[in-house]
Amino acid sequence: MSIMGPIEKEELMSSDQIARTIRRLAREILDHNRGQHGLALVGIRRRGVPLAERLARAVWEMQAVKVPVGHLDINLYRDDLSTVATQPIVQSSEIDFPLSQKIVVLVDDVLFTGRTVRAAMDALVDYGRPKAIQLCVLIDRGHRELPIQAHFVGKAVETDAVEMVEVRLNEIDCREGVLLVEPAS
Amino acid sequence: MSPEAIAPESGASTPPTSRGGPVSFNAKHLLGIEPLSVDQIQLILETAKSLREISTRPIKKVPTLRGKTVINLFFEASTRTRTSFEIAAKRLSADAINISTSSSSIVKGETLVDTARNLEAMAPDVIVIRHSSAGAPHQLAGTCSACIVNAGDGAHEHPTQALLDALTILDHKPTLKGLRVAIIGDIAHSRVARSNCLLLGKMGARVTVCGPPTLLPVGFDRIGSADGSLAVTDRMDDALEGADVVMMLRIQMERQREAFFPSVREYFRYYGLTARRMRSAKPDAIIMHPGPINRGVEIASEVADGPYSVILGQVASGVAIRMAVLYLVIGGREHPSRALEG
Repeated sequence: MSIMGPIEKEELMSSDQIARTIRRLAREILDHNRGQHGLALVGIRRRGVPLAERLARAVWEMQAVKVPVGHLDINLYRDDLSTVATQPIVQSSEIDFPLSQKIVVLVDDVLFTGRTVRAAMDALVDYGRPKAIQLCVLIDRGHRELPIQAHFVGKAVETDAVEMVEVRLNEIDCREGVLLVEPAS
Repeated sequence: MSPEAIAPESGASTPPTSRGGPVSFNAKHLLGIEPLSVDQIQLILETAKSLREISTRPIKKVPTLRGKTVINLFFEASTRTRTSFEIAAKRLSADAINISTSSSSIVKGETLVDTARNLEAMAPDVIVIRHSSAGAPHQLAGTCSACIVNAGDGAHEHPTQALLDALTILDHKPTLKGLRVAIIGDIAHSRVARSNCLLLGKMGARVTVCGPPTLLPVGFDRIGSADGSLAVTDRMDDALEGADVVMMLRIQMERQREAFFPSVREYFRYYGLTARRMRSAKPDAIIMHPGPINRGVEIASEVADGPYSVILGQVASGVAIRMAVLYLVIGGREHPSRALEG
């Protein structure tokens, strides 16, 4: 009897589609916040960080506006620390610009239960009081456990709760694409 | 955006990995450096680096250990270490309670185990203990269900000091591997020397310990790795020759029950660190001291306050290391780990 690994069910996004989606999201963020000053992007570690960097690059190419980018590690703000077996590895948060009067767009790869975003908002307000917080995700896969919605969604996907959405980005994974994966039974 | 903005994902701040996967701490207590693996030491150092940023924020607090209780049980005088543990606990939102000998039942004759059992009844999550007897934390670990952190036991170990020293060195040197470290002073009474020899040995540094023969225990060269990376000498200039790091130890008058050297003046003459002596060390050598310093006994003021002194950096590293240790030992162990998704 062989041990089955996770099964790749479907490619949700190709490398090209990710690139196009980033440009569209950057356009939506700019349109939504038209006439507003003080836009900032904060990527949630790990894959939100390269996505935030790419969005900032796209905004620069469209409007020659330089948007500051920060990195947020949410592990210290998790709501399940007392139930996990071993502590998650904490990486540093780097937000080297003041948040007050900024419209902060939180960036993450997948929106699922909403708990990561809840933790990210708690983490963010410890750095200061932004004028507004908005949320941008590459994939919204449903199954929310908290009242949280994204302002900007790359692609909404209907999923089964046990399925996994794997976002692969060159900066971290050395390959590019979004996959729907079913865990081995 | 700057290229360095994404560097931590691929570069130096990547979490330590063992055979591809991230390591977990997997230890309930921190009793000493001796039982720690290289991976565990690296995990503590990397976690401390990440947590350091919290102390630079306007609001120096994260909710991570909310509802956890940390008891600082100190049977020996301490300002630096106790305050450091207390601040570390508070920055992580844990409740910290300090108990020192003068204000406790210990003066009324209660034994260590009885004291611990009574504290245990109040359900603390961590007991940080400093005791004049080697092995006191190990005894508590055997009788209590709380996590035990050794904050110094007799002349045995002081693990968080060695960890904060390593973190401080890494602020100035790229790696511990191959580094030449001189540890000079009262080796016999020093738990700091022992923990540092063990840690630096595990991490591949080359350590020379130095002190008057009366303060150099026989067989000390067998501490840590058996590969001969530890050298022992009673000549200070030999220890300083080519050193990258010079660690001075305090002469612990309170632990010395007999005369180990004729006078403080003579000690300073042979083993006191001066600017002239430092010329034997590498030009970019850093000078460390676990504190409290005795000016004019083991270290001259010109050196303690000089440009190569990182003594105050050690104190700052201390809070970050103790935050990392509390965070890593405390975590619940009730259920298997599950990544927080979405």
